[in-house]
Amino acid sequence: MYFLKLIFKNVFRAKLRTALTLAGLVIAVFAFGFLQTVVTAFFSGANAASGARLITRNAISLVFPMPTYYRERMRSIDGVKTVSFSNWFGGIYKEPQNFFPQFAVDHNNYFDLFPEYHINPEEMLAFKRDRQGAMVGRKLADRFGWKVGDIVPIRGTIFPGNWQFTIRAIFDGKDDTVVTRVFFFHWDYINEEIKKRFPRRADQIGVFNIEITDPSRAAEVSKAIDTEFRNSLAETLTETEKSFQLGFVAQSETIVVAIRVVSFVVIFIILAVVANTMAMTARERIAEYATLKVLGFSPRYIAALVFGEALMISMIGAGIGILITVPISAAFGASSIGSAVFPSFRVSNDTVVLQVLSGFTVGFVAGLLPAWRSARIKIVDGLRHIG
Amino acid sequence: MSAPLVEIKHLVKTYTRGDQDVPVLFDISLDIARGDFISLMGPSGSGKSTLLNLIAGIDKPSAGLLRIDGEDISQLSESDLADWRAANIGFIFQFYNLMPVLTAFENVELPLLLTNLSKAERRKRVNLTLEMVGLSDRLDHYPNELSGGQQQRVAIARAVVTDPTILVCDEPTGDLDKQSATDVLDMLKALNNTLGKTIIMVTHDAHAAEAAKRVVHLEKGELIDDIRPAGTAD
Repeated sequence: MYFLKLIFKNVFRAKLRTALTLAGLVIAVFAFGFLQTVVTAFFSGANAASGARLITRNAISLVFPMPTYYRERMRSIDGVKTVSFSNWFGGIYKEPQNFFPQFAVDHNNYFDLFPEYHINPEEMLAFKRDRQGAMVGRKLADRFGWKVGDIVPIRGTIFPGNWQFTIRAIFDGKDDTVVTRVFFFHWDYINEEIKKRFPRRADQIGVFNIEITDPSRAAEVSKAIDTEFRNSLAETLTETEKSFQLGFVAQSETIVVAIRVVSFVVIFIILAVVANTMAMTARERIAEYATLKVLGFSPRYIAALVFGEALMISMIGAGIGILITVPISAAFGASSIGSAVFPSFRVSNDTVVLQVLSGFTVGFVAGLLPAWRSARIKIVDGLRHIG
Repeated sequence: MSAPLVEIKHLVKTYTRGDQDVPVLFDISLDIARGDFISLMGPSGSGKSTLLNLIAGIDKPSAGLLRIDGEDISQLSESDLADWRAANIGFIFQFYNLMPVLTAFENVELPLLLTNLSKAERRKRVNLTLEMVGLSDRLDHYPNELSGGQQQRVAIARAVVTDPTILVCDEPTGDLDKQSATDVLDMLKALNNTLGKTIIMVTHDAHAAEAAKRVVHLEKGELIDDIRPAGTAD
């Protein structure tokens, strides 16, 4: 107890220096946690993906469609439970900066594949009955202040024209990891218009969403699906939902790696700052450590004092850094920029553990050399530092 | 005649600076009796502080015998020497060497942390000792809230709180005004006379040296004079 009290008093002895060091630590640990959260947010879609769902796309590229009749042949493959489909719409709501993902889906069974969406049964029924009906996620509805019954006009880019949708349902996610900044509507509505205006583009969809009976057979079923359509006009590429999502992340891999590197560089810089602080502190207190040795305190005790001080400063700084990371990240995630870029932006437990570890490592490494040096001070040399 | 508390025979101390040997003490032989109050005097560089450090066990001789209370401390390991100092030596410095972040009470309590005393026993002993040096009303004051004389009295309390056999004092009045210096010397005399503490004090000040029962002069690392002023008993 006395030992901890002595460390605590020493920590706040040079108040300005400690305050500046703590400020640096707080900013560094916050920056580290925030950047790690950015990295986590890149992977959030993949991490939330179900192992029981596959995605089949055109083997050439995602931009090439597949005929809808593939569905019937997919259904007959062993291991396939449900087949639905969806198509990226890419429309603009009022202004391009209002971007949010929009998907034309098979309204009959698409949502059967996603039990993580919590939908009011009455609203679901209303959505299914209305050909122009739309189903929107809670965060998206909150962002634009939409409610059930509102009409949403969207200007098509891939599917030219002005499209009008009526919000019939607003769904919630089962937890924060479920993306609810998304807009769904009937593929039939789009397809009927396309049939009239661009007949050759009709009855084509972007991806098949497939539920399988046994997640452990994902590779086998994927292979069976792709084999089924080998040498056809649109050969397929089937993978798990997670692999599909990771494919998108891979496109931003350089950015992700850069963010990771920067987050660790920040910690390395603050390590150098704290090490310098501790070296100065230990140098200034040589006479005190020599006096403690005269009184009979062991070199190990002196080392523990210096080491404990480095650890205490680091852990206080890390603690404050962690405390501010959570609300600031939440505010960023809720902001228009944050919500547009990252569907889910929250500080994970792993990130908090990494922040704690970074704080501990900074204290441990920064305190090591000054503690060793202080413990080895010769009493006679140390006492000469007085006066 | 009883054996001396401090027994020094042909003591030599040489420091190494770079690749050069710098001799500081040459062939010193000196006995100090239990309960004595000895003043070590001499000009700067005479080796008096080095001799004090050797007796206090904070430095080791290069050659010769240094036995204290029958124990050859030059043979002790660093760790054993630290334990020995904690049990046998009370050190009083010229600049007090108090921990600035600790109160007077906590500074005095510091050496007791190395004992097996309970918190209540430590508290009792610290209160008694601070009362003895006249600072019972300054328990919660930090060193920078005390005068030089008061700080030195806290340092004296810290030196005696463990009830050591020997008090070693390095210029204890060197940083004090005349009145404070007199108070400190009176306190040391009282500790010597009433509690029987053996005191070894380094000083430049002839007035301070008068407080001692015996004055030893060193010059250029050699013991040149050993005087016991008239009226002081062995």
